[in-house]
Amino acid sequence: MRTARIAAALVAASLPLTACYSDANQGNAGAVSTGLSGQVAGAGSSAQSAAMQAWIAGFQSANSEVTINYDPVGSGGGRDQFAEGGVDFAGSDRAFEREELAEAAKPCKGGSVLQLPLYVSPIAVAFNLEGVDELNLSAKVLAGIFDQKIRRWDDRSIAADNPGLDLPDLEITPVNRQDDSGTTENFTDYLHAAAPEQWPHEPDGVWPVPGGEAANGNSGVVQAIAAGEGAIGYADASQVGGLGIVSVGVGDGFVPYSPEAAAAIVEASPRESGRGPGDLVVELERDTTDSGQYPIVLVSYSIACSRYDDPVVAELVAAFLSYVASEQGQAVAAQTAGSAPLAPGLRSDVLEAIALIEGTA
Amino acid sequence: MTTPAKVRLGDRVFAGLSTGSGVLILLVLAGVALFLVVESLPVLTADPSELPGERTFWSYLGPLVFGTLVAALLALLFAVPLSIGIALFISHYAPRRLARSLGYVIDLLAAIPSVIYGLWGALVLAPYLVPTYRWLAENAGWIPLFAGPASSTGRTILTAGLVLSVMILPIMSAINREVFLQTPKLHEEASLALGATRWEMIRMTVLPYGRSGIVSGAMLGLGRALGETIAVLLVLSASGAVTVNLISQSNPSTIPANIAAQFPEATGITVNLLIASGLVLFVITFAVNFAARAILARRSEFDGAAG
Repeated sequence: MRTARIAAALVAASLPLTACYSDANQGNAGAVSTGLSGQVAGAGSSAQSAAMQAWIAGFQSANSEVTINYDPVGSGGGRDQFAEGGVDFAGSDRAFEREELAEAAKPCKGGSVLQLPLYVSPIAVAFNLEGVDELNLSAKVLAGIFDQKIRRWDDRSIAADNPGLDLPDLEITPVNRQDDSGTTENFTDYLHAAAPEQWPHEPDGVWPVPGGEAANGNSGVVQAIAAGEGAIGYADASQVGGLGIVSVGVGDGFVPYSPEAAAAIVEASPRESGRGPGDLVVELERDTTDSGQYPIVLVSYSIACSRYDDPVVAELVAAFLSYVASEQGQAVAAQTAGSAPLAPGLRSDVLEAIALIEGTA
Repeated sequence: MTTPAKVRLGDRVFAGLSTGSGVLILLVLAGVALFLVVESLPVLTADPSELPGERTFWSYLGPLVFGTLVAALLALLFAVPLSIGIALFISHYAPRRLARSLGYVIDLLAAIPSVIYGLWGALVLAPYLVPTYRWLAENAGWIPLFAGPASSTGRTILTAGLVLSVMILPIMSAINREVFLQTPKLHEEASLALGATRWEMIRMTVLPYGRSGIVSGAMLGLGRALGETIAVLLVLSASGAVTVNLISQSNPSTIPANIAAQFPEATGITVNLLIASGLVLFVITFAVNFAARAILARRSEFDGAAG
């Protein structure tokens, strides 16, 4: 029993069911020391990898007896390894579909799969146009540009979104990812939902339109945009640096990306129906008309079991995910990876889900 | 021999070790081939509807093979004349001391990691080439190779070919240099005595003598260019088009770069698909090396005539 327990109080207040954190004290990265020891392995999303490293460092510095490994093999690989029981938790840019859940729950000893939207990252649409710093584009125009139907910057539809802006007579170079990625999947999902007529392609991690400028990884896309006069592309918002950023059309106005607006849409969107307790899959309302929300976000899930064979592993996973979901954990990720901190409503749901985790012993 | 020599322990051990090494490398090669074939089988037998994009294996593979060959052949196109020039300069034109240090520098180029070449190509060379591509599209656009529209970033298959050519230059110039240096002195002196200029001497004695060496050096370079991964991944804007247009943003990918790009997020049958494309690359590279061996073998017969 120690004195400083501000963090512990926060967690415990929303976790009436678990008493195991009551003897916690505060660690130096805001993580709660649990007095636990042991090893936990995770794998999956590479989008989460920077945030995950910060979370692991934060958690381990408060719990020096604990080792957490995270292998950023990619979302698909993470889901596979989780379903095969190879790792204790997974990170994935998309949740298991309902029909995949039975298969995925196999290593869970009769428990269920918990899917927690713990990493929310805005995707920015960046452009490179000399003399233009701010640009408004509606979903329809964005879809037209990325489907290569709108080919020049002085196109009338772009001018209509930007009255008074002097647009150059220049070819548009749309830049997309050449690798399979969650960023592409979320961006195409946005275009598909917000501009179904202009965007005939299904959401997919592989870019569906051939013939654009293609680059590898977020950094490759940003570099290609920076190199090409007249280029426009999408990338994780934390990586776009000094490029011009598009304000995206929402309702009647235009919204620039911000962590708050990204968190707001995740908070406001409904949960997918027909899911069990702790399976918090968000059905993003990409076609929102609320000007406080930014619709192009990547939601990456932490996936865990509600039941583990080993009570120590169960406790460790619960403690680690509680730290990830905590205000401190989310702030650490925002600082290192530019993610959007969870809104309070979603956090309390997540902590309730984490409370379901138990060992079979 | 009537009485067999006494076999010493050292001989036995050494013979065993060398045989073991030889067998081991064959086993490794066979293991790799076996792995590729076994992992590829599900793709070859799969229904197209199960494959990503609902395309057949060969329609998935076609653009990749095309891109791999185009990039590698472009690299050869630039590297062969350049490497012959470098090798001739070192072997026949440069003062001895300069020749030696230049040789070291060229060999050093081979020690630079390919990711450095890739970054250099993407960050320095590609933007630098953009005005050239614009000029080509405007003035030579009637040639299908330069039809344009010119890429605004310079990340084209022509740039990739140029980067690859720099990467394969060291091995090719080193081989050419060695072959040219082996030209029999008598041949060279004889042609000079007959009144040939230095260029005529090179044309009549050095180049014919070195021809097979040049070809096998080119084959080794081609093998490296075919398998190069990270440099192409960084330099090339690969959006899947099969086109002879060398200066646009729309280029076919290459097999290794495609594997590197897609593997991290690949699951299920897509992994098998990527491994199957690796098998095809394995076969192509094997064929290239086999051809190089065959040419080298012909050359060794030629050696016998050298005096």
